Amino acid sequence: MRNGPLSLTFHLLLVVFLLAPLVVVIMVAFTPGMTLEIPLDSFSLRWLEAVFHHPDFVASFWTSLWLALASGTLSVLLAIPAALAIARSSFPGRDAINGLLLSPLLIPHLVLGVAILRLLTVIGETGSFFWLLLSHTVVVSPYALRLILAAISGMDESAEQAAYSLGASRWTVFRRITFPMILPGITGGWLLAFITSFDELTMSIFVTSPSTVTLPVRMYMYASETLDPMMAAVSALMILITGLAMILLDRVYGLDRVLVGER
Amino acid sequence: MTRRGPFLLTVPMLALYLVVLCLPLAMTVVLSFQTYSHSAGMGEGFTVSNYLRVVTDEYYIEIFVRTLRISVITTVVCLLIGVPEAYIVSRMRSPWKSIFLIVLLAPLLISVVVRTFGWSVVLGPSGPFNQLLRAFDIPTLRLLYREPAVVIALVHVLLPFMIIPVWASLQKLDPMVESAGLSLGASKSTVLRRIVFPQIIPGILSGSLIVFGLAASSFAIPGLLGGRRVKTVATVVYDEYLTQLNWPLGAAIAFVLLATNLAIMLAYNAMLEREQRRSIG
Repeated sequence: MRNGPLSLTFHLLLVVFLLAPLVVVIMVAFTPGMTLEIPLDSFSLRWLEAVFHHPDFVASFWTSLWLALASGTLSVLLAIPAALAIARSSFPGRDAINGLLLSPLLIPHLVLGVAILRLLTVIGETGSFFWLLLSHTVVVSPYALRLILAAISGMDESAEQAAYSLGASRWTVFRRITFPMILPGITGGWLLAFITSFDELTMSIFVTSPSTVTLPVRMYMYASETLDPMMAAVSALMILITGLAMILLDRVYGLDRVLVGER
Repeated sequence: MTRRGPFLLTVPMLALYLVVLCLPLAMTVVLSFQTYSHSAGMGEGFTVSNYLRVVTDEYYIEIFVRTLRISVITTVVCLLIGVPEAYIVSRMRSPWKSIFLIVLLAPLLISVVVRTFGWSVVLGPSGPFNQLLRAFDIPTLRLLYREPAVVIALVHVLLPFMIIPVWASLQKLDPMVESAGLSLGASKSTVLRRIVFPQIIPGILSGSLIVFGLAASSFAIPGLLGGRRVKTVATVVYDEYLTQLNWPLGAAIAFVLLATNLAIMLAYNAMLEREQRRSIG
């Protein structure tokens, strides 16, 4: 069946609704004025430049970047062996472990933030980057695990069996056959974990301290006090960075596969 | 490989979860039963007064009711928009289908703070929305720091979570059955109502569940677009923790939220199983 004119109008209106706030933010970032207005006759890069001279935003950007790189990498390193065990073998408690490892997807980040703040206060580690990294790893690793699990269970095992029968060791088979075959799942999982960590706000707002404020937390705090084009410029840069990450994700794994979860 | 081999592979990840997930949650459960006074701070005594306060104090009841109302409205709007849209896009042809699927879902990956800020610009007193109204001589609307702004932004942010499961169940449909219905003389609306809709109910249910859960616990949107007027459960927990410093009460509110979410999910699973048994048996 084809879509009628009514359906297409509805669809167009919805696309406008979805893109409006993003397009408006990008346009406002180029305003020469002091207020949040869409520039009509003149454009200026002053606010985009101002972001790079704002020490708090710059520091938070680096914090978020390192945090996302490290938690993405750590979560992939933890998820590969776990996914291999869960997808390939049966052992007592396997389903329970799988459920536990995916459970942060079901727990509101608010609850995670409150809980981890309690732990850090008790052990006297508030404001530690290391513990912030561990808490981000818990939040993002289910995403990595899911994509790697999908890659392993969709993979053809006959190449591995052939290698074993030709006398290859377990480690050689993993390094030369399994790893290259599930690499798209691993890179996709790493990128998804990276993006999730880079964007995470609700848990981080409880767990960060003045020396470890991440970019979303900084933006939230800035926007709840002042609404000026600086915020629009930071947002436009964030959209740009996320856009680039999305293109990468699309190249290595397929954006629709990540988003819809189909293989 | 020994029987322990595979289990050992999961140990590093499990260890992290035990220390940074299970332990903190357990500690916070304990915290929510501790006493608190503004003069002495947190006490060691065991009390259920925090939970009692959440369910009896009118201030907190109002906040839970408001959060519930906002989440239900958001879920219904997402359902009314997301289900037809998923169906429309699924019927598109090859390049458009994947292009628009990405347009619908990609905003998911853009920071919620950015998207929320976008709405505060669009809906602001001199923003594009009110300019549009002015151009048509319609009186402007004060939307910011009121519930409609929160609902609009929540729908925008959560719509992909409705579309994904509905899309997945639409993919399982056999288009031949639709054609069969049409060729046997059924009208388009009958085909939709009798053939398409019943098959995507599981997708709609699971989408609604995710949207509701995320709406009820969302923080950035009511925080930035609701201001002081539209307090929700998440922003109140934040206040208790960072301004009132009453952590035991904040923890109790957070756990009431978690328990509500989990209860709804379990009820949904039970419903789904009943549904499946009925369709098989």
